[in-house]
Formats: sequence, C-alpha cells, structure tokens
Amino acid sequence: MDLSFLLIQSLNSIQYGFLLFLVASGLTLIFGIMGIINLAHGSFYMIGAYLAYWLNLKTGNLLLAIAIGLPLTIGLGLVVERLAIGFLYSRDHLYQVLLTYGLILILNEMQRILWGNDVHGVPVPDVLAASVPLTQTQSYPVYRFFISAACIAVAAAMYLVIHKTRLGMTIRAGAVNREMVQILGIDVGRLFAIVFSLGAALAAFSGMLSAPVNSVYPGMGEQILIISFVVVVIGGIGSILGAFVGAMLIGFVDTFGKVLVPEIAGIAVYALMAVVLLWRPQGLFGGRPA
Amino acid sequence: MPIKSISAATRRRFLKGAAAAAGAAVFIPAPFAIGQAAKVKLGVLLPYSGTYAALGHNITDAMILAINEAGGTLGGRPVEYVKVDSEADPSKAAANTNKLVVGEKVDFLTGPVHSGVAMAMAKIVREEGTITVVSNAGADAVTREMCAANIFRTSFSNWQTCFPMGPEMLKRGHKRVVSITWNYAAGQEMIGAFRESFAANGGTIVKEMLVPFPNVEFQALLTEIASLKPDAVFSFFAGGGAVKFVKDYAAAGLKTSIPLFGSGFLTDGTLPAQGAAAEGIVTTLHYADSLDNPVNKKFREAFKKATNRDADVYAVQGYDTGKLLMHGMTAVKGDTGAKKEIMAAMRGATLDSPRGKFTFSKAQNPVQDIYLREVKNGDNVVIGVAHKALADPARGCTLA
Repeated sequence: MDLSFLLIQSLNSIQYGFLLFLVASGLTLIFGIMGIINLAHGSFYMIGAYLAYWLNLKTGNLLLAIAIGLPLTIGLGLVVERLAIGFLYSRDHLYQVLLTYGLILILNEMQRILWGNDVHGVPVPDVLAASVPLTQTQSYPVYRFFISAACIAVAAAMYLVIHKTRLGMTIRAGAVNREMVQILGIDVGRLFAIVFSLGAALAAFSGMLSAPVNSVYPGMGEQILIISFVVVVIGGIGSILGAFVGAMLIGFVDTFGKVLVPEIAGIAVYALMAVVLLWRPQGLFGGRPA
Repeated sequence: MPIKSISAATRRRFLKGAAAAAGAAVFIPAPFAIGQAAKVKLGVLLPYSGTYAALGHNITDAMILAINEAGGTLGGRPVEYVKVDSEADPSKAAANTNKLVVGEKVDFLTGPVHSGVAMAMAKIVREEGTITVVSNAGADAVTREMCAANIFRTSFSNWQTCFPMGPEMLKRGHKRVVSITWNYAAGQEMIGAFRESFAANGGTIVKEMLVPFPNVEFQALLTEIASLKPDAVFSFFAGGGAVKFVKDYAAAGLKTSIPLFGSGFLTDGTLPAQGAAAEGIVTTLHYADSLDNPVNKKFREAFKKATNRDADVYAVQGYDTGKLLMHGMTAVKGDTGAKKEIMAAMRGATLDSPRGKFTFSKAQNPVQDIYLREVKNGDNVVIGVAHKALADPARGCTLA
C-alpha cells in the first residue's frame, strides 16, 4: 500500500465524512439541540432528493431547483411542526417515535403517488461536471469537492448561529428548560417551529445536494436515517462539533474498514458506536444532562 | 425406526388416497356443470408496496394479460386472482404463503420477487404440494436443494445470468479482473457463477470485493480498483445501487481505462437514471427489451396497450408464468384434481416466450438462451447470444 493510495483513501474518508455530516446536520438540530426524536428525518432527506430530481427536470438547472426547493421544504417542515410535532414537546419520547414513524409511512406513500417507484438519476450541473485527475487511472469529480465545500459552510453557519447568536442562545435555553424561557417572555412555540422547519429543510437540502451522487429511489430515506442517528449519538447529543467529529470518524472507519478488513466492513461503523458509547455513554462531546 | 417409517408411509398413502378421492368427488362435476364453471384460485404473492412494487405490478399485469389473451380462463375455467402483498419481506413470507396455501386453499401459487421470500415459500409448498411457479426470485437453491415436482420457475437462476460472462471476457482478452458486488446471497451466487466459468478457462480474479448490503458508498473500493489496475471489472448491483455504482465508476474516470461488465440487472430498468455513464457496459441476461423477434414485439405492444407502461424482463417472466399455467390446465381441461398430469404437462412445455423459445430442465428451471448485451444510446442492445440453451447445473436436486 503506497502513500498516494493512502492519501486518496484519506480524501475519500474526509469527503464521505463531510457528506455524512451534511446528511446528519438537520438531525443534529432537531434531535441534538431540540431533543425531539425525529424518525422522519430520512423522509425529509428523500423529499429533498425527489424535489431536486423533479425541479431539475422542470427547470434544467440543479442550482435553481435547490433555490426553489428550499422554501418548499421549509414550508413543509412548518406545516408538519404546526399540525403534528408541536403537540408533543411536553410528551414522552415514545409519542414522538410513534408520530414520526407514522410520518415516514405517510411521506413514503406520498412519494409513491407523486413520483412513482422508479429509480432516477440527477445529472451533475454542467459548471461542476469536470473531474480532477489524481493518478493515471483515477480522477475525482469536482462535484464531490463542491459538496464538501457546502458542508463546511453549513457546519460553520450552524455553529455560529447556535453558539454565537442570541437566537442560538434562546434555542439552547428553550431545549433545556422550556417553561423558564417562556416565563422570560420568549415565544418558545414559534421559536421551535422555526428550528424544526430549518432542521427539516437542512435534511432536504442534503438530499438535494447529494442527489447527483446518490441517485434517487424509494426507501432511500431509511438508510440515511440510521447512519444519521449514529453520527449524532457518537458525537454526543447537542453538540455540533461532536456531530462533525462523529461524521469524520465514521468516514474513516467505513472507508478503511472496506479496504483493510472487508469481512467486517458491514459492522465496523456500529462497532465504533458501541466502543464510543462504552467509553463515553454521553457521546464524544455530549455533556448536557438532558 | 423401520416400523415407524412403515406406519408413516401407510398413513401417508391412506391420506393421499383419501385426498384423491375427495378431490375427485369435488371436481368431477365442475367442468361438466351447466352454466358457470367453478373458478380456479390463483394465489399471487408479490410485492405491491415498497422498493419492488413496480416489479410486482409488472409481473402480475403481464400474467393476467397472458391469460386474458387466451379468453381469460385456465383450461376453460374462469380465474380468481387472490393477491397478497409480500412487501418483499422474508420475515412475513411464511405467514403470507400460509394465508394463500392453507387459508385460501389456492389451486396454484405464483411469485415472489425476493429470494428470501421464495425460500420460505418453497419450504411450505414442498410440504403442502401446491403447484407453484416462481416468477422472479433467482436464488439458485429454489431449483437445486429445494427443488420439488410441484415447484417451477419461469425466471432464471442467479447462476444462469452470470455463468456465460467468464468465457466472454476472456475472449475479449481480459485475463485479470476484479469482481465487486453486495455481500448478500444473490451477489455471492452471481459472482460465484462468474468465477466458476472464468477461473476454469484460465482467468484470474485479482480481488473479490464485497460491499456491505445495502451500502452504496463505493469510493474506497473504486480507489482500490484504480490502484490494482485490472484488465476489467465484473459487477452485480441492482436498482438504486446499480445506478450509483455505474455513475461513480464513470465519475472516477475508471470507465475509459478499465471496462465494466456485469450481470444484466446492472443496466436493466436503470438506464434512464444512469445516462451516459452506462454507455458501453456489456452484460448478460436472459432477455433484452429490444430483442428482435415477433413474439417480443407483439407482447410489448399488448402490454403497453393494457397497462400504459413499457414491458421489461419482469413483465416477460410474468407473461410466461401465465402461459405455463395455461399449458398445464389446458392439458387436463381444467381439472385441478389431476395434479400429476398438470405437472407433467408443465414440465414438458416449450414456451414461445418474448425472450425466445425455452423448455424446462429436470429441476424445472428454464433452459434458455443468455444474451450478450451492450449499452448503446441508452438501450441494452443485443450483440449476440452468450450461451445457447443454458441449463442450471441443479446441484443437489434429486428430481430426475
């Protein structure tokens, strides 16, 4: 195994890690910060991917499709929060699990009715369609670098908003003690509605961005859901930095696991999670009691 | 021990006799009754929801089309279709099969798409004796270890679709190859069949890569392929995984230097999504949409007219399932009690299928041509026959 091979595999790992963080970012917000167990996270991701496919067909431009799709998914998130999630903040987690599982079934069926059961591909936008040659035989698609860049932007924006702004402060406070924040004169209901719809839109956004590399098919959301929870749990609930580190760890373990020990590649990621949880039950960066 | 087995045998013989007598009593009047003949119950266990729903619908609709084209009857008796959604879920397969076989007491059973469901189904119908036609699932074992006189298959065995590729790739000068598939039964059976014919003729598989199912992150392995620099790559993926693998392979720049080959499922039903990335991929399968024969043309037109959808390989298998059932029932003029005669007729059938004429092997799996196809302008174009009248070796099957 020579150095360039190692370097390219590391690039693969980092790139996959970025993609994972992007996909898990919406869940970090909803599950990590707000403490809502949102099993429908994968469904929002799937809706994003299908919207990208559909709007790209209509407009012929993926970036335009994303620009149109984002407000739609924010709206969808808002509707779901107002009609369903909003009633469950004070209830047990079990109610949230039941409700969001129901949402999965409904949203999947909606996808079937609207877009059918076929597998679709979304072309990479022309501006980003080039490849960079790495070795004689392998080159790297520019679009993957673009995804990484988008991920860094999302991660930075999330970190700044949650940790450095007044809005972020109230969100964190509201998640820890809803009543107290309410007494202080902040409309927590409205605040959470905004956060939830942003989280849903983030999930959809990652679905849109990764549609060209992942292809679009029924059931794509369920796969993403599990790995997203793994990312958030490894990183520690409530920590954006943790989710980022968790995603990177999984990227490396999955990539090198496949190459070095292919026999156990299927469980490597979950073994990592088990080890992390045995060592630090609250996750790598989780410290919050709730 | 011997005493026990004797008594069991006599009891079974007695039961069989009783069942035959009961069957005769029920069925003698049926075909000769004045007015409406009794309906034949045809159980259909296919996925109508989930990832494989499209396959389930195409198989069902084509099967009904075949029967309707011949007047809508099986051996002169009208048909009652009892459909159950398999959800392609092996854990529900036994319960679903029992619902049809024991609960509904269907005369015939067809389906499923998923091999795991097929194995559970085969186990039950081997005991119950219901005449069963497997219309898609390719698990080799269905017509090998699990084979039975009452189990037929109109689709393929996984082995069949990949075995012809070994010699073909060697003929093209690819002696060192990498194989890649999902780490699950179907993937391993397909790669195993390829390995069998490729290694036996002097080829070397440099590395057999297995991706955890249903993981679709291929980048690490593509990098490894690039560093191994094999002459070619042989692969099996299906559905969303096939689309992503083919696109990633092209995006990694491997397509131009290391040609990609595969099982036909790699490029079947997925070409519109794969786009230019699939151009030039060579695959083997028992059918191709553009297959040039009159039966295929007629079938595709009729299917389009009936469903407003384009036919595919799954529809063809459903169509042939309908034809095979008709063949068996016509031979006995609709007398479902004459099981032995029905099975004998089905076994000896030659079906004039859209895929070309085929017969059945001793294990009751199709003996069929496997086509060599190349993706040209977004279409799987037949460029030759990779193997004429290929029969599955049926290892472990005791039917003779």
